[in-house]
Formats: sequence, structure tokens, C-alpha cells
Amino acid sequence: MTALLEIRDLKAEIAGKQILNGYDLTVKAGEVHAIMGPNGSGKSTLSYVLSGRPGYKITEGQALLAGADLSQMSVDERAAAGLFLAFQYPLEVPGVATMTFLRAALNAQRKKRGEEEMSSPDLIKRVKELAKILDMDMEMLRRPVNVGFSGGEKKRAETLQMMLLEPKLCILDETDSGLDIDALKVVSNGVNQLRSKDRGIVVITHYQRLLDYITPDVVHVQSAGRIVRTGGKELALELEETGYARYQSEAA
Amino acid sequence: MAAVQETVEQVRRVGADQYKYGFVTDIESDLAPKGLSEEIVRFISAKKNEPEWMLEWRLEAYRRWLTMTEPKWARVDYPAIDYQDLYYYAAPKSKAGPKSLDEVDPELLRTYEKLGIPLHEREILAGVERPEGEERPRVAVDAVFDSVSVATTFKEELKKVGVIFCPISEALREHPELVRKYLGTVVPASDNYFATLNSAVFSDGSFVYIPPGVRCPMELSTYFRINEKNTGQFERTLIIADKGSYVSYLEGCTAPKRDENQLHAAVVELVTLDAAEIKYSTVQNWYPGDENGKGGIYNFVTKRGDCRGANSKISWTQVETGSAITWKYPSCVLRGDNSRGEFYSIAISNGRQQVDSGTKMIHLGKGTTSRIISKGISAGRSSNAYRGLVSAHRKAEGARNFTNCDSLLIGDACSAHTIPYIEAKNPSCVFEHEATTSKISEDVLFYCMQRGLSQEDATALVVNGFVRDVLQQLPMEFAVEAQKLISVSLEGSVG
Ligand SMILES: Nc1ncnc2c1ncn2[C@@H]1O[C@H](COP(=O)(O)OP(=O)(O)OP(=O)(O)O)[C@@H](O)[C@H]1O
Ligand SMILES: [Mg+2]
Repeated sequence: MTALLEIRDLKAEIAGKQILNGYDLTVKAGEVHAIMGPNGSGKSTLSYVLSGRPGYKITEGQALLAGADLSQMSVDERAAAGLFLAFQYPLEVPGVATMTFLRAALNAQRKKRGEEEMSSPDLIKRVKELAKILDMDMEMLRRPVNVGFSGGEKKRAETLQMMLLEPKLCILDETDSGLDIDALKVVSNGVNQLRSKDRGIVVITHYQRLLDYITPDVVHVQSAGRIVRTGGKELALELEETGYARYQSEAA
Repeated sequence: MAAVQETVEQVRRVGADQYKYGFVTDIESDLAPKGLSEEIVRFISAKKNEPEWMLEWRLEAYRRWLTMTEPKWARVDYPAIDYQDLYYYAAPKSKAGPKSLDEVDPELLRTYEKLGIPLHEREILAGVERPEGEERPRVAVDAVFDSVSVATTFKEELKKVGVIFCPISEALREHPELVRKYLGTVVPASDNYFATLNSAVFSDGSFVYIPPGVRCPMELSTYFRINEKNTGQFERTLIIADKGSYVSYLEGCTAPKRDENQLHAAVVELVTLDAAEIKYSTVQNWYPGDENGKGGIYNFVTKRGDCRGANSKISWTQVETGSAITWKYPSCVLRGDNSRGEFYSIAISNGRQQVDSGTKMIHLGKGTTSRIISKGISAGRSSNAYRGLVSAHRKAEGARNFTNCDSLLIGDACSAHTIPYIEAKNPSCVFEHEATTSKISEDVLFYCMQRGLSQEDATALVVNGFVRDVLQQLPMEFAVEAQKLISVSLEGSVG
């Protein structure tokens, strides 16, 4: 069976600087992978390369989503194909009500996939359910996308978008940063609801506490632009003890 | 179909696939000989059966115009216009003006049908019937085709409340005292080159009078269409809101695609007496020319409102997406004490379009206030300038203005300019000015696209967010449609 995400010997650069140095990763449908690693090791870069952010260039290797070569797809095509990135630093879209944004995004994806658009009443109903799960005020969704949201509110909003869009592959880039203890539980609960046999989830995080709630099947250590070690959920606990020192020297 | 629905449809179609109004209607038309002379002015006046004083007024304007030179101060660049190479009068051929819609050339009705304008009697009747339970706003329409008004709807119903809404040529015959009292009092015949030309040769336009204390029961709207080749369109609109009255008026414009440039030099005059209010909205979508700058409308328009009475209010809202060249400064003369002027503008330029637009707020009375919100979006190889004047007379004690001008650039080949003038002759005035210019954010576009929006949809969404404050000023039904028009105008601006 084709893996949901298959990255083979991927090399990528930004502004002429190589950041990913032969990256290998396979995520199968139904799995949750955690990627941990020191600051600047290229975790966000990986998420941007996969989602097609302008300026990030693949120089070698391949990344396939359900067998399809991502490098041949535009950013929005990748999204419609089911790739979702919860941003480490979500952007603000002034003047565009969150609800309008959600409707535009969902229906754009559906249209691209040849599916029927979701009606406004259905959409509002669905968003209300999700807001309840994530303990968000509907009033916030009438405000422009992320404008004036606190760090934690932005992360909740990202999670809500992800839950609404029901992507095949979710990449969460430090979704836990900025969340208070209660919010962490609420957001994790939301993410866990997305766990299914058809969906893959990649969580990028620095802390075990997120993995206490979202139990990963596989944990990777990334250093200097590639994965240097892979293990089970106990690997995260070990890292908590030892830190990254030995991996950094190994990579260098 | 209810009238409002049709009008919405109309505006929607104005925005559909790039410029779909580029068709030409093949109807016989009554053309005056090319060129401009006293004879032509007399010809136009005679065609309209105008009173003698009107002819004199026109002739005076014409003689004045001969002594004037075309203004060159705007940031627009175009080859010299040969005023002798234009037709000044073009009317769909018919017997002395249609009495009812049955007499209107069916070909012409089809044109309006294509534009989605509800002119057919049957449809109008359908529009009069309220849908069960809910009361919908309705829109009365006056349609101007080349030089003449071809049909006005809802006339009878408006008459019941004393509202006059008719072609200005008809008003000249039926309400000469009203027209004479107000015509040229806001934009004098000698005002500027294009306004003076208009005063000499205007052939039609809309006339509105709202009697004291009346709140006009529906939106009034005019659709302008230039069809004939080499024809200048010089419409004249005059709206008078008598004491304590209110009216909301919407104007829409389209023209066929032609390789030659076409001249549009309109004049709009608004007058509000004590405590009256006029809300004037424009959705301008004249043909902008092709991507190489060939063809398109030259839009040289003088629009001015006079808040003549105390506590009166005039608000201009414009969505400008078309025209090869736009030269337009809807203004308010705040004469009455505590009167208020507002200007909300969205000006989008793409391709090779050139826009020089803005407003003037002339504070004359005590306690007068004004507000200017201008959003300029430039894409392609276009140039987009905001030019604004806020001035206060010595007697304008306590006048206040707030101005906010934001420009958004899409791509590297376009330009935006902000040219504000401020003159305060009274020390108690408070004038505030804010301005920003920014490039559309690549990061925000990426974020939107990561959620599934195409680059064009993402751009349109960001632009719609940028202009939201202004869109909110439009009558609700039109705001939605204006939003779509914005997306269409930006097509081809990315990638
Ligand atoms: N535009 C750029 N030009 C040059 N270098 C860049 C650019 N963007 C990112 N980098 C570099 O790429 C490297 C990887 O950054 P990245 O954001 O992927 O790290 P990360 O693993 O996500 O770190 P963190 O844990 O702090 O989020 C860093 O050294 C960063 O400085
Ligand atoms: Mg990062």
C-alpha cells in the first residue's frame, strides 16, 4: 500500500542556503508521528517545503502525498489533496471575517475535488460544534482571521480550521506553544478526534507534555536538516532527560 | 423576478467573465453630424424641445468652452482628444421618444435584458408584488442609452409620495421651474473644461426631486450605457433632497469593447436642504481597454454635492473598476452649519489603466464635519493616484475632517500616489490625515492558499478585506456584488 506521506532523500534550500540534507520519512495512514529537534534544525522548513511556500526549493529527492509528487502541485492543489499545515506563527488576514475565510477555504477545496459546496447553514452548524469542542467563543469567529487574537487563540483557531477541513495529512508545527495548561488539553482533545485510520498526523513539538495527550506511534529526532533517530513514544521521554546534545554533535 | 433581485443580477453580470459587456447593439440610431458647433448645440436643444432659456444656457457654456483649455494637472497621460471627430448626439431611432415600453425598440430592450436591467413592464409588475411575508427593498431604474434615457421604472409609485424621478430632458419640459432653480448651481457651467463641455452638449441623464420630509421608499438607480461608436456620452444628473428628506441613489455604467477610446464627461449635481440626506453610490465598470492599453473609456467626470441646508448630509460611495482613464473627484461643499460630507472610495486599476481620483471637502459652515476613506488598489502596469483637498473657510468654526488613504500594490509594475492638500483658514479646525501604502503580503497569500484558495481567489479575498470599510457603506445587495466585481477586475493581475 502507498504510504500517505513518503519523503525520500529530500534536499531543500531557502535563499541559497541548504536546510534539509537528505530527509527520509514515511507516514502511513492511521499513524501519528512526532518530530522533535533543536531550534533551527529545519522542522518548520520541512513543513513549508511540503506545503509549497514560495522561496523554498527542492534540489534533490522527492516528497509524495498518497503517491502524488508534491513538487508538481501548486500550494492550493496540495491543500485540496489533503495537506494541512497548522502554522507555528499563524498569519493575520485583516478585514476578512473568520467565518467568511472558513467558508471560502472549505468550498474552494471541495470545488477542486469536484465535491458539492457546503451550504451556509450547514457550515455554521459545523463550526458551532467545533467551537464548542475547542471551547472557543463564536464571537471570535466573526472577527477578522487571527487579527488581535492572542497566541493561544490563534492556535485554537488553527485547530478549528484543521478540524473543519478534515485533511488527510495534518502537520502541526508547535501547535502547543502559547497554549496554557487547560487550552493544551482542549486542543489535544480536538486533535485526537481527528485520529482515524485514514488520516496521518505529524506533530512538531519541543515538549513531552503535548505527547502526554496526543500519544504518538513514532517519534523522530531531527537535527541539522534530517532525521537522526527514530523510536517509539518512550524516545520522547528519553529526550526530556538527555536533551539534544548528542544528536547535534552526531550530525555535525 | 423581484426588481431588487434583477438589479442584483445586473450588477453581478456587470462583473461576470472579464468584460462581458463588450457587445455592441445593432440598432438604428439617430446621429447628429460629427463635430461640435453652435448648430450642434441648437440641434440637441431642439431635439429635446427645450425651453428658450435652456438653449441660451447651453450656448453660453459652449462659447465659454471655446475659450478654455483642457486641464493637464492630473497624473494621467493620453493622446489629444479631437473634439471635432466625435458625435455629440446619438439616440436610438424612434418616434419622438417612447411613450411606453411597447414603443421602445425591441433590440434595445434586449440590450438591457443582457445587462439585466429590469425594464419590461411585466417584470416591473412582478417586482411590485411583494414576496409573501417578507418586504424586500425595491429599486427604481432609469436607463440611459448613448444620449437618451430610454425608460424609467416605478414612476407612478414614486409619484404617489411626490418623488420625481425622470430623465432630465423630461424634467426640463415638465418641471422647468425646479430644474432652472437648481441646474448649474452646484457645478456652474463655467466650472471646468469638461463640465463646461457637458453644459453645452448634455443630452440626457436623471433628475430626482424628493419633497420635504419624504424618505424615498426605494433605491433609485440609473444605468448608463455607451453603445454608438465615436460617441461622447455627456449625461447630466441633478438630485435635490428638500428639507428633512432622504434618498439613496445608485449609478452603474458599462460600454462595449471598442478599439477607439470613448469620451464620457458627465456632471452630477446634488443639493441637500436643511436636515436632508443623499447617499450616492457608484459602481463604475466602463470598458477599461485591453491589456496593451488599446481602447477604453476616458472618464472625465465632475460630481459635486452642496450641503446647502443646516444639518444636511451627502455621502459619496464609489467602486471604480473600469475606464482607461479616470479623472474624478466627487466633492462636498459643506455650506450649511453642522452639515456633513462623506467620501468612501474603492479604486482598482489593472492592465494599463490610469486613475486620478479623490475628493474635495470644502468646509464653509460652522461645525461641519467630513470623513474620507479611500482604498486604492493597483495591479498590472496601472497607475493609481488619490488626490484630495480638505479646506476650511474662515467662518468654518470647529470644522473637523478625518482622512484615511490606503494603497495596496499587487506586483512590481504598478504605482500608487497620494496627493493630499489641506487648507485650514480657521484655527479651531481639526483635520486628521492617515495614509499607508503596502504591497500585498506574500506570506498572507501563502497562508490563504495553504487553506485551499487559488492565488486569484486569495488575492481577491485579501483585497476584499482591505476594502471592507468601504464595502460596508454600499447598500447591502450591492456590496455583495461589488465584491465579485473586485475579484473580476483583478483577474490576470497575479501569477
Ligand atoms: N529566509 C531565510 N534565509 C536564510 N535562512 C533561513 C531563512 N528562513 C529560515 N532560515 C534558516 O533555516 C534554518 C531552519 O529554520 P526552521 O525555522 O526550519 O527551524 P525549526 O527547526 O523550525 O526551529 P524552531 O524550533 O526554532 O522552530 C534556521 O537556521 C533559519 O535561520
Ligand atoms: Mg519551527
